[in-house]
Amino acid sequence: MPDPILTVTDLNVRFATPEGEVRAVTDVSFSVHAGETLGVVGESGSGKTQIFLAVMGLLASNGRAAGSARFRGQELLGLRRTELNRVRGGDMAMVFQDPMTSLNPYLRVSRQMTEVLVVHKGMSEADARKRAVAMLERVHIPDARRRFDLYPHEFSGGMRQRVMIAMALLCQPDLLIADEPTTALDVTVQAQILDLLAEIRRDLGTAVVLITHDFGVIAGLADRVMVMYGGRIAEEGPVLDMFDRPCHPYTRGLLASMPRGDAAAGGELAAIKGQPPNLQRLPPGCPFAPRCPLVIERCRLAMPPLDPLGANRRAACYRAGP
Amino acid sequence: MTEAVAAAGIAEPIEGRSLWADARRRLVANRAAMASLVILAVIALFCILAPLVAQHPFDRVYWDRISLAPELARGHWFGTDVNGRDLFARTLHGGRISLMVGLVATCVSLVIGVTYGAVAGFVGGRADAIMMRAVDVLYSLPFMFFVILLMVYFGRNILLIFVALGAVEWLTMARIVRGQTLSIKRREFIEAARASGVTNATIIRRHIVPNTLGPVAVYITLTIPHVMLVESFISFLGLGVQEPMTSWGVLISEGARQLETEPWNLLFPGAFLAVTLFCFNFVGDGLRDALDPKDR
Amino acid sequence: MLTYAIKRLFGAIPTLLILVTIAFFLIRLAPGGPFDDEREIPAEIKANLERVYHLDEPLIQQFGRYVLALAQGDFGPSFKYKDYTVTELIWGGFPVSLRIGGIAILLAIAIGAGLGTLAALRQNSRLDYTVMGFAMTGIAIPNFVMAPLLTLVLGVHLKLLPAGGWGGGAVRNMILPIVALALPHIAYISRLMRGSMVEVLRSNYIRTARAKGLPERLTILRHALRAALLPVVSYLGPATAGIITGSVVIEQIFGIPGIGRYFVQGALNRDYTLVLGVVVFYGVLIVLFNLLVDLLYGLLDPKVRYD
Repeated sequence: MPDPILTVTDLNVRFATPEGEVRAVTDVSFSVHAGETLGVVGESGSGKTQIFLAVMGLLASNGRAAGSARFRGQELLGLRRTELNRVRGGDMAMVFQDPMTSLNPYLRVSRQMTEVLVVHKGMSEADARKRAVAMLERVHIPDARRRFDLYPHEFSGGMRQRVMIAMALLCQPDLLIADEPTTALDVTVQAQILDLLAEIRRDLGTAVVLITHDFGVIAGLADRVMVMYGGRIAEEGPVLDMFDRPCHPYTRGLLASMPRGDAAAGGELAAIKGQPPNLQRLPPGCPFAPRCPLVIERCRLAMPPLDPLGANRRAACYRAGP
Repeated sequence: MTEAVAAAGIAEPIEGRSLWADARRRLVANRAAMASLVILAVIALFCILAPLVAQHPFDRVYWDRISLAPELARGHWFGTDVNGRDLFARTLHGGRISLMVGLVATCVSLVIGVTYGAVAGFVGGRADAIMMRAVDVLYSLPFMFFVILLMVYFGRNILLIFVALGAVEWLTMARIVRGQTLSIKRREFIEAARASGVTNATIIRRHIVPNTLGPVAVYITLTIPHVMLVESFISFLGLGVQEPMTSWGVLISEGARQLETEPWNLLFPGAFLAVTLFCFNFVGDGLRDALDPKDR
Repeated sequence: MLTYAIKRLFGAIPTLLILVTIAFFLIRLAPGGPFDDEREIPAEIKANLERVYHLDEPLIQQFGRYVLALAQGDFGPSFKYKDYTVTELIWGGFPVSLRIGGIAILLAIAIGAGLGTLAALRQNSRLDYTVMGFAMTGIAIPNFVMAPLLTLVLGVHLKLLPAGGWGGGAVRNMILPIVALALPHIAYISRLMRGSMVEVLRSNYIRTARAKGLPERLTILRHALRAALLPVVSYLGPATAGIITGSVVIEQIFGIPGIGRYFVQGALNRDYTLVLGVVVFYGVLIVLFNLLVDLLYGLLDPKVRYD
């Protein structure tokens, strides 16, 4: 396997709120390798998005990140804003969940795209326009030249997400972080966007982090999956392996609650009982313990470490096993 | 696909606190707003108890004490004016009028605005369109000028001041209440009330009006200082409250004339007015943050 | 956009008509007349005067006459300033009010928007609290208190500026009125601007701009400022019209020969045509500025469509 381009070590993200500290991310370590696609799965509030907002330096103003996040050897946490601006949008880009609000409604798409090239590559406006139009065509926006100077509200939802993706790819980043890129879109459009991401990864060799709450989205696209629960990594491993032999009870619950085309899953969908943990009052032990069908006394007392389970797999569970 | 998970993800443990209790807790935690409330209460109390607090009647002329600087010996804490009247007593009496104008005129605007807005929003359709169009037209009239005209031509009657200012201020109130009413109208409890044969007037009174209270309360606390400002402005022009009654605006106007030699005549009433307006604005801001905390 | 503007101007005619009607009858309902206090005038001359000014006609006929004249842009003669028409008086006072008010509002926008943005960028810092404290003070202290205070400190004690008088419009004489006029608006705009800027900075598209690695200056100026200015623009319509017709009080305090002064004097003197003229002029200005603001709004927000 090639060297990792992003290495996150012992990342903790905390938010100071009037009601007390919220621990959004706790002791998270992982890496992303060049050209691979990492799926990050979890419910809302599991910390999956906050990890990457912290890496990009985009945490809300009451949020603090501690630990380390190295991008191609360079430490990102605590980096000055001007230094950080050299990385983000250039070699590392991010696409957000809601394309309706993530594009600036007051500026033409052309201006929003060309400014990236002008800032990062020092291109002239004219060169930047050519490059940007080409990129719009690359993401299959029909009649791109004509639509280039329109405002975001003149595009459909799916088209807007394509614009977002094109904008992120302008500087040929090594890493593209896509945060729930299809959640806000119609089902048919979702598939098209996922196809586009697969195509980009295949043709450009860009490493992709795909953040989602939907295991189904991961299945066709990711090489590796990381399952998040309560701000921690519950389980990590190659995608097919994980589908066949989920080790963590939470992963099993997720997969069991998901309808599958093959017969293996059997008839009924099983919901996970209980509610996700309150991040202000995390228990000393495993955050999943209150909902876990396999819970034992030890789980409530101490957090199980994220231990390797054979080749390429890790799980944070005392009862982990195929 | 993962509906079960998603559904579980939405459900947060909800604690049984009402909106109002929650708002009160946030308001009490807002130190600036609470301090303002206390100061307002003190000022109001002093004004109400003016004859007891001040050592001199507000309209008695001391011929031997004209334009006295503030002194403690004879109890002229704020000094005296050009007519030899005790400024402390006059400031408190002026405060009575100013505060009363603020409260009464705001009540007038409240009654007109809430009724108009609730009816327009509740009836809806063409009636609503016509009523709100009328408000739009009235909005673009220079009302300040009308108030001045009213004052000039119909005597400087204090009742008229109440009515004139109230009649000017109700427009925004009507818009706020209408907007609230439109959104409340579609809720289930209104349907339920209607289905069980409650009359429209009762629905408006029992269900619509109480539910518009939040934004209206905020607007009231911001209207009171505005009305007081307009009153003092009119009085400043010599068109408002008349002798022997006085208000902060009148006192400021008189004080501004002897500014160079007797600045206390401007400073004391000016400070009282400014502090009062300041406090009302802080309370209004605090109330808004408490009722709608998204902005913090 | 041109057709929209024309449509709007025609649409304003009923509003102005209502304005003229209310103002006309309000004034005429009042007891007293323009020639009442001139006691030495014999009855027949007074009757003669009233005939010249058509005051002897039925009220409704006078109203019709006034509206017809108004439609041709004729505000009529002033009853008190006998050698002048109302139009001449308004055009005499307006440039003064416009100069002072225009500078005041421009100052208010620049300083208010700047302070508000700074406060929003350093939310909950000492700078933020200072600016907002200043803004609250500016709103709470009425300008007729502020103006004499400024005069006292800067004019009387420090002797930096003339304490009063118009001085024929010298720059030194304009500073105090402009500052007094601008302060409350600076305060109001900075509060508006802070609120809207805080909201915009929290929006998703600002997060996108930051994710793109744009320099902070570009993020604020190009991406945030436009949206944050929208509430300020809405506030500007009525504020500008009001400020330019001359704060009645400020003109009175500093003895400035603007329109505001004419209004109060005209009302006291029962100078019917002058008062009506000022009210109508003000109404037209409000209509114009509201239109300008809507057009400006359209320039800032591409989602606004004129139809």
